[in-house]
Amino acid sequence: MATPLLQVEHLEKSYGDVHILHDINLTVATGSVTVLLGPSGSGKSTLIRCLNGLEDFQSGQLTFSGEPVTPSPKVWQKLRQKIGMVFQSYDLFPNLTVLDNILLGPLKVQHRAKAEAKEQAIKLLKEVGLADYQDSYPRQLSGGQKQRIAIVRALALNPDFMLFDEVTASLDPEMVRGVLEVLRNLAQQKMTMLVVTHEMNFAREIADQVVFLEEGHILEVTPGKQFFENPQTERAQIFLNSMDF
Amino acid sequence: MHSGISILFAGQNFSRLLGGLWISAKISIVSLVIGIALGILLGALRTVKNPILRVILRLYLEFFRIVPTVVLLFLFYYILPKNFNVNLNAQAVAMLVFALWVGAEMSDIVRGALISVPQHQCEAGIAIGLNGPQLFRYVLLPQAIGLMIPATINLMTRVIKTTSLLLLISVMDVINIGQQIIEANRQTHPDGAFWVYGLIFILYFLLCYPLSAWARHLERQQDNNA
Amino acid sequence: MSWIVIQQSVPVFAQAFWLTLKLSFYGIIGAIILGLIASFLRYFKVPVLRQISAVYTEVSRNTPLLIQLFFIYYAFPEIGIKMSATAAGISGLIFLGGSYMAEAIFGGLKGVAKIQVESGLAIGLSRWQLARYVVFPQGLTLSVPAIAANVIFLIKETSIFTVIAIPELTNTALDQIGLYYHTDESLFVLVIAYAIILIPLSLILTWLERRARRGAFGN
Repeated sequence: MATPLLQVEHLEKSYGDVHILHDINLTVATGSVTVLLGPSGSGKSTLIRCLNGLEDFQSGQLTFSGEPVTPSPKVWQKLRQKIGMVFQSYDLFPNLTVLDNILLGPLKVQHRAKAEAKEQAIKLLKEVGLADYQDSYPRQLSGGQKQRIAIVRALALNPDFMLFDEVTASLDPEMVRGVLEVLRNLAQQKMTMLVVTHEMNFAREIADQVVFLEEGHILEVTPGKQFFENPQTERAQIFLNSMDF
Repeated sequence: MHSGISILFAGQNFSRLLGGLWISAKISIVSLVIGIALGILLGALRTVKNPILRVILRLYLEFFRIVPTVVLLFLFYYILPKNFNVNLNAQAVAMLVFALWVGAEMSDIVRGALISVPQHQCEAGIAIGLNGPQLFRYVLLPQAIGLMIPATINLMTRVIKTTSLLLLISVMDVINIGQQIIEANRQTHPDGAFWVYGLIFILYFLLCYPLSAWARHLERQQDNNA
Repeated sequence: MSWIVIQQSVPVFAQAFWLTLKLSFYGIIGAIILGLIASFLRYFKVPVLRQISAVYTEVSRNTPLLIQLFFIYYAFPEIGIKMSATAAGISGLIFLGGSYMAEAIFGGLKGVAKIQVESGLAIGLSRWQLARYVVFPQGLTLSVPAIAANVIFLIKETSIFTVIAIPELTNTALDQIGLYYHTDESLFVLVIAYAIILIPLSLILTWLERRARRGAFGN
């Protein structure tokens, strides 16, 4: 079997006395889409934030592309170029234009040539249908547009792995579709992704595997289709029944 | 030659300096008590939707904000006796000016805190039949008071620091007495200024630092609760 | 009040007016630079220097400018540091203003949303790059109203320069009163002169605050 892109072993995380994540074990295969499901407060966001070092954790081992990760600011700074992340709140830098938002990482972090980085940025903007907006400021865009640009900003670093933390949760319903379309295209291009979402229809369509989390425990890891038709645990069944889709 | 530090403790000097500090403290306390009461009243009035009242109170605030305190002191010190035939001693002039100034600044603090109480709180109060003053007394003020306290403490330190200006209208404050001591000892201790002003510097710091540390502590608490 | 007296005093006051502006300008520029340095040390948690700047901030904010000036002008010569009244005045204003500017600037930096910092980290920016491209540009914009408020505060504080006999506006008015007993006229011109400087600034400040409340950037 090929080396998985990401492996998480026995990860434990607490804030003071509050234990947030218990013995998390997870494998993400290269080119696959993993959807993280669970009720709110189950620790999904915390887990995804642990995977690019925005949260530290008390114990456990991360392995990325076969390389064990020893957490330190320097290591994370390097790894974050390989692991893109998009947040729930569209978080573009308001002081920069769309293009400068996208180019900040490629030029300043990766020190790439401007012409080449710009060409790629424009190509990516075209793919999400926003090529005309490169000189706009974030405040001039709608939520859905900002979120698509946030995705482009992450992709511009040519990451191997993308983390999506409820990227459609703050959007108006009519904006959601455009953003999901971008994720769908990425999946077709075999981008490895870990997605936290409440869009169940979308999750069913896109997931190669579903990780079901409740109260900080992984209750099951099941292939996508199977999870929605026949989940292994009763808790997951209850969760699915409670969702409206 | 003796070091100038000795003049701090020669004769009555130290207690004279503390006596001067007490005059500054007294003026601060009186003007703060009057000014804060005035400010709460004016701050509440500034939330009333009466355009004329608003303009008058706004002009009052801006006048005391724009004119430097030194100038305010001189205005009252010179103009009250000359043009209005009101003869106050310098300490009373200082209390009056500081109280009016505190009132102006305080009215802005109070207004800011009051308008930050969410509108629906007012509506809920009106819905259970509270009248204007009741709404102010039972709904708005209790919720706004926490927000007002840090800024009010900072205003206190500003008043204490501003008492250093009393010297200019010849109040016998700590700095004025300090100058007298330096002058009296200029022959024997030419370095007196270093020690006397150094002591006054420290005295002011000791008065103001605990207050500003307290205000910051409260602000932090509020940030954490927000 | 006599108009002729006022007219005759205009040239003297005009000179004082420009001196007040000049002293304020140097003091404010110096204070902003000092404030930037202090907030920089604090933001990057530079060891030792950061503690020194914290002590400086407390001393500067918790003592009156008048006594700071006395100390600089009368006490410093006794330990071998001599300077002109003008230099002492500007130094005092910088010493006082630096801490106020530092608070204003640091307050702006703290106001930058956490998610902005996180998304900067997420694209691999280093701490320095994060400061350079995200935190400082946004934070400085957020601190503009507070900086403007400090500008007004510092200009008003120049009135205290009169105690070390710098011929700025307040000193000039007191001189006129002392020399010619033109009390009403001198105080009138004095208030007008401060109003000419400070009312426009105060209007700008109100506008800046309103803009800041609405969110200069939007998101």
